Amino acid sequence: MSSADDRVTVQSVTGVDLTLAIAGPGTRSYAFVIDWHIRLLLACAWLLAAAAAQVKITWRTHDGLISLLPAAVIYFLYHPVIEVMTRGHTPGKRMAGVRILGRDGSQPSITALLLRNVFRLIDSLPATYLVGLTTCFLTRQRVRLGDMAAGTLLVLDDAAAEASLLRIERLATNSKLSLDALELIDQVLERWESLESANRAQVARSLLSRLDPKEDAANLAQLSDATLRDMLRAHLGSDAAPNHV
Amino acid sequence: MFDGEDIRRWIMARAGSWRASVNNLAALRSQRQATVDEALNAVEAYRGLARDLATARRVVPNSRTTAGLESLYRQIHTLISRRPRGGLETIQSALRLDIPKVTRELRVPILSMALLMGVSALAGWWLITTFPTLIGMFASEDMIDHVEQGHLWTEGLINVVPSSMLSIGILANNITVSVLAFCAGIFLGLGTLYLIAMNGLMLGAAFAFVHQHGLARALFEFIIAHGPVELSVICIAGASGVALGESIIRPTGSSRRDSFQACSHRIGPLLLLCAALLIGCGLIEGFISPDPRFPMASRITIGACYWLIMWSLLTGRLFAKRIVD
Repeated sequence: MSSADDRVTVQSVTGVDLTLAIAGPGTRSYAFVIDWHIRLLLACAWLLAAAAAQVKITWRTHDGLISLLPAAVIYFLYHPVIEVMTRGHTPGKRMAGVRILGRDGSQPSITALLLRNVFRLIDSLPATYLVGLTTCFLTRQRVRLGDMAAGTLLVLDDAAAEASLLRIERLATNSKLSLDALELIDQVLERWESLESANRAQVARSLLSRLDPKEDAANLAQLSDATLRDMLRAHLGSDAAPNHV
Repeated sequence: MFDGEDIRRWIMARAGSWRASVNNLAALRSQRQATVDEALNAVEAYRGLARDLATARRVVPNSRTTAGLESLYRQIHTLISRRPRGGLETIQSALRLDIPKVTRELRVPILSMALLMGVSALAGWWLITTFPTLIGMFASEDMIDHVEQGHLWTEGLINVVPSSMLSIGILANNITVSVLAFCAGIFLGLGTLYLIAMNGLMLGAAFAFVHQHGLARALFEFIIAHGPVELSVICIAGASGVALGESIIRPTGSSRRDSFQACSHRIGPLLLLCAALLIGCGLIEGFISPDPRFPMASRITIGACYWLIMWSLLTGRLFAKRIVD
């Protein structure tokens, strides 16, 4: 196994190496903050429901078994339980686009996931996961102590890549453009709504003039935003429209 | 050399296989078990994807096609290397083989931790006997007041907090202390040594203090049902922490990190058993220890039986397979 530039290469039995994109401290923290909010909200929701049901919120009576205990279980056991159930894919990690994998790219075992969580006691010291974050910054694979003990990595989970692969394949079937041009137009259309109007129009005109040198630049300058997008879609063939709103 | 048209033809030729891989992947991920045919198909798709990915890396590097194939290849790799779900068999195997093996390996560190705790307890006893005013370092004001008035702080506890809540609080605290004793081993074992020594010191100091006020028997009566297992588990957790520290100081793997990881995995099942034993301790400490209706004899019996169960679990005797001639 080797690592460089936040990527880890793992040897596989096929002889073709596997490349894992390592999640940095930022993505890791983002996933944790989402999970933290989820468990806090769930615990608070439970306490509110208990209060609404007239159950006393105290440790000094049996009511605590119904009110405080489940809230504490939700808050403190959220990570180990959800990680074991989903094999390293908590809602926060899902939203942040990361997942836990073994150092060999395999699914982590239950023991590994539990060990990873046990070491939160040290990683969270002295406060706000300072030890864990420092270790993340200092290690090449951006791992905290829990990951080192468990032999796990937090990797970027590019779920959109598969959809993109199938779309490119469909476009290649329907269009006569080169793969480079297809991928470029596909990316522009995919990001169309997030680009500023002037910028996307400029990119579209530039692309259209390269795709069809006969296209008059003055004529392209007159075209509206929507028309430019339709022209790009037309280059991708009939299948392009449904994928790009 | 591949030109644009070759690449297009290649993508179109392989597209069906990629689509099938995506669909199979989604289906296999959603089910707990796969048939032999499904597994073989997945392996075949894995091989095919490896070939396609190698081609894509060469002819269209940094493209979305390559990124998509990388993602698909990684996911099938993860799926294929998924460990079988052991369930009950894994637990049985851990109880019969893994835990007894680790316990045997940790025999010397466990005895060393017990010795450290004993010596620290004696030191705590001597300290409080010689300098009684130092008890403020080990006990809270409330506890000191109780003892000086001739009562243990545990008296009447059952009337203030229900046993169930008491048990949960105690077992959560004990599990945290044991896990911390293990994890603190990462500081080259020093953190663990400190924790065990402090626990022993506090225990000795508390006994010396209550002895001065004629309450040593009452404290012994309180802890005898849960104490033997609780203290043993803390020593085991300490020994695990020391082993963790040793794995970093004297690595046995190719690197310190590998050695640390291997040691953590080896000790993991033992720690889980310790946590389970501490749940039992918490229940005893919440329901039996503070209840004055239990006489000394029954407390000693409970403590001894629970310790024997712990010993049988650690040595694997409780679940050992009978060898038939």
